[in-house]
Order: sequence, then structure tokens, then C-alpha cells
Amino acid sequence: MTKRVGVLERDERKWAAVFMAPWLLGFAVFLAFPLAASLFYSLCDYSVLARPVWIGLGNYVDLADDDVFWISLKNTAVFAVFALPLGLLMSLSLAGLLHASTVGRSFFRAVFFLPSLVPVVANAIVWMWMFNGEYGLINFGLKGLGVQGPNWLSEPAWAMPALVFMGFWGVGHSVVIFLASFQEVPVEMYEAAELDGASKLQQFWRVTVPLISPVLFFQFITGIIGVLQVFATPYIMTRGGPARATLFYSMYLFDNAFRYMRMGYACAMAWILFLIILVLTWAAARISARFVHYQGQ
Amino acid sequence: MAALEPSLLDRKQSREGIRQAGLFIVLGLLSIAFLLPFLWMVSTSLKPIEETMKMPPTFIPVPPRWAHYAEAVSAIPFFRYAWNTVVVCVLGAAGTIISSGLVAYGFAYLRWPGRDLFFWLTVSTMMVPFPVLMVPLYGVFRSLGWIGTLFPLWAPAWFGSAWNIFLMRQFFLGIPKDLLDAARIDGCSEWQIFWRIVLPLARPVLIVVGLFHVIYAWNDFLGPLLYLTKQETYTLSLGLQFFQSQHGGTQWHLLMAASTLVVLPVLILFLFGQRALIRGITMTGFKM
Repeated sequence: MTKRVGVLERDERKWAAVFMAPWLLGFAVFLAFPLAASLFYSLCDYSVLARPVWIGLGNYVDLADDDVFWISLKNTAVFAVFALPLGLLMSLSLAGLLHASTVGRSFFRAVFFLPSLVPVVANAIVWMWMFNGEYGLINFGLKGLGVQGPNWLSEPAWAMPALVFMGFWGVGHSVVIFLASFQEVPVEMYEAAELDGASKLQQFWRVTVPLISPVLFFQFITGIIGVLQVFATPYIMTRGGPARATLFYSMYLFDNAFRYMRMGYACAMAWILFLIILVLTWAAARISARFVHYQGQ
Repeated sequence: MAALEPSLLDRKQSREGIRQAGLFIVLGLLSIAFLLPFLWMVSTSLKPIEETMKMPPTFIPVPPRWAHYAEAVSAIPFFRYAWNTVVVCVLGAAGTIISSGLVAYGFAYLRWPGRDLFFWLTVSTMMVPFPVLMVPLYGVFRSLGWIGTLFPLWAPAWFGSAWNIFLMRQFFLGIPKDLLDAARIDGCSEWQIFWRIVLPLARPVLIVVGLFHVIYAWNDFLGPLLYLTKQETYTLSLGLQFFQSQHGGTQWHLLMAASTLVVLPVLILFLFGQRALIRGITMTGFKM
């Protein structure tokens, strides 16, 4: 009997090798190796054309003295600080409105969701046209309110707000998630709040939102990871301009790697980004431990 | 007393009615705001170039210039780009469904030493930002001779992806184990169980994974920007951006026509796959 189990087990391991083979290879070639290699390159002088030359922490020391690096970091931080909380607030509110309404809910959900699927290039081009200083729809609307709108994307003070603003059109993804999570909140919770005389708005902020806080937390974390890597939209719309006002971290990283061929330098930037993400995630987890409510705990 | 109760109920109902009407109006206005960029895009694509530079703008161009679509398609090698994009989408989706399915089966049903540790490692790689991998990956593709070809955009999908493995494993674990044990007793091999039992039952998750990959690959800009060097290999995203950088700021009518054509397939996928997409998002969003 024991022998038979042994055979079965060996058989199962043989099958495991077959089933896992693609990922063992993929994990090694497309994840583990690049991860290790980029850490190594970050300590080297490296362009893809020649062998890497070890320079220790040289890249990191240079970065500390690189004004453009700090500008790109600051721009990314400013964008994150506005776009992420405002975006989450907006998607929570939209999901709240959808949840409260009984008429046409799935139609409205579809309308809010749709823009988040639009290809980033098409979206960027359409918004360049929307923000056009002379013929754009945004400034036409502002004119109706008696305001002369700026030349959004070519004025350093207005390019960043424009990018934050258009980001609201991409909240549909989290609207769908929040709406689904609202539907998991037990009805008794509302009945109890209703008996205590809570208004619908109070019920939303005091009952619904705390109960779905794990979902909110997860959206916040994935939001941090996403927002710190913003690349395509500003790359297409502004090329980082005007006057580096929208030069984001990933764009400067990309330029270093593929325009200036300073790949070691770019890898050092990438590892700093990774570190920032890890620290922020850890901090968010620590802080949220006091606010996030896990049911059944 | 008996007369009071219905009137109270009435009042409550009519208050609810007013609330619903208010919500409907607010949601309606917001919907218009969300649709406005699309409508503006289509409207511009149908105007003659002089009319695009008119203030106040016309919203419904008369007559609509459908010819702009034919012009846009011939101004860039549109069908070449579209074909490249379809190749990347289809080969990538097929690859990730098959490979991630295999791996998810290995994680969900087979017992082997180190499995749980490796699964944890797999899930944690989802935290790694792409820029960290970007440079060495470029080096890998370069030494494979893949730079300037479509390979880097779809071939890696054949070796599994952490997200999809995670998603499919979750789904597989929901399939009753008795079903698999019964098949084993009947003498089915693991391969037959995977192919004949698990995959057919997992259709919903296969559709979700496939749809998401197609949309991801259709929209991807950074990948093509990194690896495609020759114009004849461009995908639609890169081709559209290239066209914009050449003619941007002038021919808005053609740019909008081309953009509409790039958005259209996504719109169609959305109309047919909305339920699967929303199910997929809720699966990844909070059923951790």
C-alpha cells in the first residue's frame, strides 16, 4: 500500500513538472533574471551596446545631484497627491450614486466604465483636442461661464492640472469595483442605522465606506503603484513639457535608458521607484491597520 | 389610526420617488460629461478642416464627411497596423489562456514540494513595477534577435502571467474536488482532467482572461514603443501616435477619424463582453 502511494506521488510530481514548465521558464527569464540584472546594472555604467562596468553606488550618487531627476520626482509626487485621492473620492461618489439609484443603474455604470477602456493613445489625442486653447471644447465651455481658458497644455502652470482633470475619465474601473463591494454590505447594517435615524448620506459615509474599507485600501495600493508609473499619456500629450512641467519619473527614466543610452542610470532610477512603492505600501498598511475594518475580526 | 398608516407610506414612497428622480438627473448629467469626449471626437472626424477651427463649434456637421475615414485609412498604413495589432492580441490571448491555465492547475491541484512558497513568490511579483524589468528585458529580447519584430509583444504571454495564474487558480479551487477524484478513479491522466474537465468548466474565467488580454494588448503603447523599430511592424497605438506626431495640431479631422477607428473595436468588445468584463474586474478587485 505504501509503495502504491509512493508511485502516485512520484507520478503527481512528474505531472507538476509538466504543468509548471511554462511558468518556471517565464518566471526565470522574464522576471527573476531581469530583476537581478537591473539591480546589478544599477551599480554599473551600462549602455546596451557595451559590457557593464562596475561603478558601485556611482549612479545613485549622480542621481542625488541631478536636478532633472528631482523635478521628475516632484512632478510625479504632485500628480499622485492630487490624482489619487481625488480619483478615489470621485469613484466612491459615483459608485454611491449608482448604488442608491434604481432607475437605469446598469446603463449608467456602463457609461462610466467605458472611458477607462479607451486606448491610451486615442484618449490622449482626443484630450489634446479637448484642451486646445483656441478651438477646444473645454475653453468653449469656460467661455460660456465668462472665463477665458488658458492654453492648457502649453502653459507650465496649467498642463499638470489638465492631466489631473482628464484622469477623472478613467475612474470607471474602480467605480465597478466599489459598486460590487457595496452590494456585499449586509442589509441589516442599513436597517440598524435607519432605526438610529441616520440619513442616507450618513449611512453611506458611516456604514458603507467603513465596511468596504479593505476594498478601498486595495484600490489605494494599486493606485499608488499605477500613479507613480504614469508614462504614456504625458509622453504623447506634452513630451514632458512645457518647461518640464509634466516630466514624470517614468518618462525621465525612459529617456535615460533609450534616448541617452544610460541604462545603468535608468536602472538605478527604477530601483529607487521600487523602493518608494514598497515604503509607501508598507506605510499605508501600517496606517490603515487602524482604519481598515475586516469583517469577522 | 388605520387611515394614517397608508398616508405615511404614501409620503415615504413619494419622497423616494423624488429622490430617484433627482438621482436620475444627476447621473444623466454626469453621463453626458463622460460621453462628451467621444461625441466630440466623432463630431470632429466628420467636419471639413475649416469647420474644426470655428468658434462657436458646430456639434452636428452637415453634411457629415464620411470620406474622412477613407482618407485617414489611406493616410497611414492603417490595415497593416491593424493586422499587426490583431496578431499580437490573438497570439497573446491564446498564449496566456493556455499557459496560465496549465500553471494554475499545477498550483491548484497538484502537490509538489515548495508549491506554496512559489505561489507566494508568484503573487508578490505583481508588486514589481515594470520600469525595474524594462532595461534587462530589452537586453533579453535583443539577444534573442526579437527587437524590431512583434515577438516581444506576444511570445512572453506563452509563459504565464502572475495575474492570470492567480485569477485562474482562484477559479479552479472553486470546482468540486470530487469531480476530479472521480475522473482519476476512472483512469484519467492529469492532462485529460485538465483538458476535458477543468478547462470546459472554467470557461467563464477563460473568457475574462482572454478579453482582458485582448484589450490590454490593443491599448498597449509602451511595449510597442520599446520594441518596434520598423514602421511596417507598428501596432495601431504606435501608428496612431506616430501619425499624430507628424501631423498633430493641423489635421484634427483625420486624427479624430483614425482615433475613432482605433476605439471602435474596443467599443464593440465592450458591448458584447460587458458582463464578462465587469465580472472579471470584480473578481480581481476584491475577492482576494
